[in-house]
Amino acid sequence: MQGLNFHRGQGDGGRPAPVRHVPSRPAPSQQPRPVRKDPAPSRLAYRLNRMMLRPLVRRLVHVGLPAFLAALVAGIWLSDDTRRANLTGGIDAIVDKVQHRDEFMVRMMTIEGASPVVDKGLRAMLPVDLPASSFDLDLEKLRERVLKLDAVEAVDLRIKPGGVLSAVVTERVPAVLWRHARGIELLDKTGHRVASVTAREVRGDLPIISGEGADRAAAEALALIDAAGPVLPRLRGLERMGERRWDVVLDRGQRIKLPENGALQALERAIAIDRAQHMLDRDIAVVDLRQQQRPVVRLGLEAQNAIRRARGQPELGPDGKPIAVETTEQKSANGKKKSG
Amino acid sequence: MKDLYQGQRAMRQMRRQAMQRGVIAVLDIGTSKIACLVLQFDGPSQFRETDGVGPMAGQSNFRVIGTATTRSRGMRYGEIETMAETERAIRTVIQSAQKVAGVRVDHVIACISGARPASYGLAGEIPLPAGKVGEGDVARVLAACEVPDFGRGREVLHAQPVNFALDGRSGLSDPRDQSGNRLACDMHVLTIDGDAASNLVHCIRRCDMELAGVASASYASGLAALVEDEQELGAACVDLGGGTTGVSIFIKKHMIFADAVRFGGELITQDIAKGLRVSHAVAERLKTLHGGLEATGRDDREMIELGGETGDWDTDRRAVSRADLIGIMRPRVEEILENVAGILDAAGFDSMPSRQIVLTGGGSQIPGLDVLAARMLGQNVRIGRPLRIQGLPHNATAPGFSSAIGLSLLTAHPQDEWWDFDMPAEHYPARSLRRAYRWFRNNW
Repeated sequence: MQGLNFHRGQGDGGRPAPVRHVPSRPAPSQQPRPVRKDPAPSRLAYRLNRMMLRPLVRRLVHVGLPAFLAALVAGIWLSDDTRRANLTGGIDAIVDKVQHRDEFMVRMMTIEGASPVVDKGLRAMLPVDLPASSFDLDLEKLRERVLKLDAVEAVDLRIKPGGVLSAVVTERVPAVLWRHARGIELLDKTGHRVASVTAREVRGDLPIISGEGADRAAAEALALIDAAGPVLPRLRGLERMGERRWDVVLDRGQRIKLPENGALQALERAIAIDRAQHMLDRDIAVVDLRQQQRPVVRLGLEAQNAIRRARGQPELGPDGKPIAVETTEQKSANGKKKSG
Repeated sequence: MKDLYQGQRAMRQMRRQAMQRGVIAVLDIGTSKIACLVLQFDGPSQFRETDGVGPMAGQSNFRVIGTATTRSRGMRYGEIETMAETERAIRTVIQSAQKVAGVRVDHVIACISGARPASYGLAGEIPLPAGKVGEGDVARVLAACEVPDFGRGREVLHAQPVNFALDGRSGLSDPRDQSGNRLACDMHVLTIDGDAASNLVHCIRRCDMELAGVASASYASGLAALVEDEQELGAACVDLGGGTTGVSIFIKKHMIFADAVRFGGELITQDIAKGLRVSHAVAERLKTLHGGLEATGRDDREMIELGGETGDWDTDRRAVSRADLIGIMRPRVEEILENVAGILDAAGFDSMPSRQIVLTGGGSQIPGLDVLAARMLGQNVRIGRPLRIQGLPHNATAPGFSSAIGLSLLTAHPQDEWWDFDMPAEHYPARSLRRAYRWFRNNW
């Protein structure tokens, strides 16, 4: 084992030992080498480690304890009224600051397709004064409120870029006048109220209907007026009878009673009879078409009296009752006196 | 024997509980290192039939989810020498294995390598009045085995029925329900020092773990290192450990003999430390990095720096040739193998049909061991690495882990032991009283 033989300077008596100065010898290191730590866990550490490996304990420590601490700290911090107020105030301020940024502000409102009255009403309905934040504008609610205006059929509200609240309004077009006990109103073609008017003359171009419940049948009324054709110049209006059927009222007190169902056909039939026999030109007070098989005609007072005269019966007065003879004579005498 | 029976049954019960929980630790307490594997049992339905994964010696239904190794402390010759030190080492290894696995382990199966194992072959024979082998007859024949005097303070570690014979028909592995007039059995019993075993049990109890079984390390490494054919045809497994060298002989898939030599790799390290006058750590490094058994001419020229931290320049700058190192190691390995050969001779290994010898354990990694062992033990020698099991990290597949791996295989598929059979009624008066009580209750 040659590596182990380290005898230097063998033989011939050896050399003297070298002089060694004591101070040059390296001083022994002052600090003892650190004792290496035992890698084994202590009994307590081992038990704690094993306890932490239980799923329940682990979940409790990893989730439950932090949650509890967070709740505790938050609860203690929030238990003071001033802090709570500061917190809510701070949050509100931040929300307010964001909502009132320039990008979200609405500065003006444009309205298209509205008459001046509606325009004015719409501007008055805006819940906030412009400029306002678009977060404060509830367009859906505003739209519902605008649609409650009778004159507005549809409205399209939107906030355009640049802070413009745009409203595109479709107004209702009045198609008919409705006279009822409380006044005169303008209705559109579906029967919805548009506005009230003070007098018939305000819209002389529109036909007039009357009677309770006439607005609900306005579409039928318009169809009847369209179908009136040749009698249109003589048409005074339509009257709803008993909220179920129409009477066509002509001038000279003539009246065409239409049935509840098939009113349009009945009116066309009356017009056809009129065209063939000039029925309406004669002294006829009422044409009753309520029964389809049998039109009934009531004669006017003059025509009845003419018949009664020819029969030698006493004539009828305007109240429909026979007039006494003396009164007839007196009347005729009066007439002679006047003529005389 | 009855205490032992009850104790072993309690451990089996514990093992069943661990299986239900699905997690069990396997602890190999050796002289140089302590290894711990945490096994997870997923049940048999982990692989489908179409996956092409068969039973694979039973290791397909569990996997290793945590592995840890630490240097052993307080151990000598495979026995516990300083209880507190060993307990600390076990705590270290279990804690780090739990950390790797991420689960808490409560049940542990340990193996013991030293403690002077002694192997006995017992034979028993009973007549069968029914003319047929019933359920209780197997237990009766096992109980009828003549028990020799094991000596004072010996504990039975394994008592495995190896062979059953029925009217001259021998070699039965399961005689139940077969017809015959006399049932005979051979049982292999392995005993160890009772004190060493109780020290181990105490150490594990101190670590808050429940012991679910104890096995012999040489048996476990034989299970891991021998392939199935070798176990069937007859082979010996030599586990060259740190403090002991275990020998186990298998035939027909049963262990029929086990013993241990109280020499191991630590002794080689000691020889190097003494011969080269270096510290133990340096000697260990020299052994593992440069060690060998067959010197060649080139080894004379290969100089190895010894190094060291004595502070003396001349001592720390020495160099030896590799041939010198081999010259120190070889006689010690030869001595170990001579002892192994003596054990094999005593066990009658020469009369086995197939004399395969498998070397495993950390010591089997010495280069040139297979040549030397072939010269000393017989021609059929191979170096055996342990079976691969699922989930095992690569650094735990070395031969040094064969007993830990074999122990996990044993955990998954326990061998039938004597205490797995119900004790016959005559040894169990309480039960016969209970039976009488039941008879009265049913009939009156």
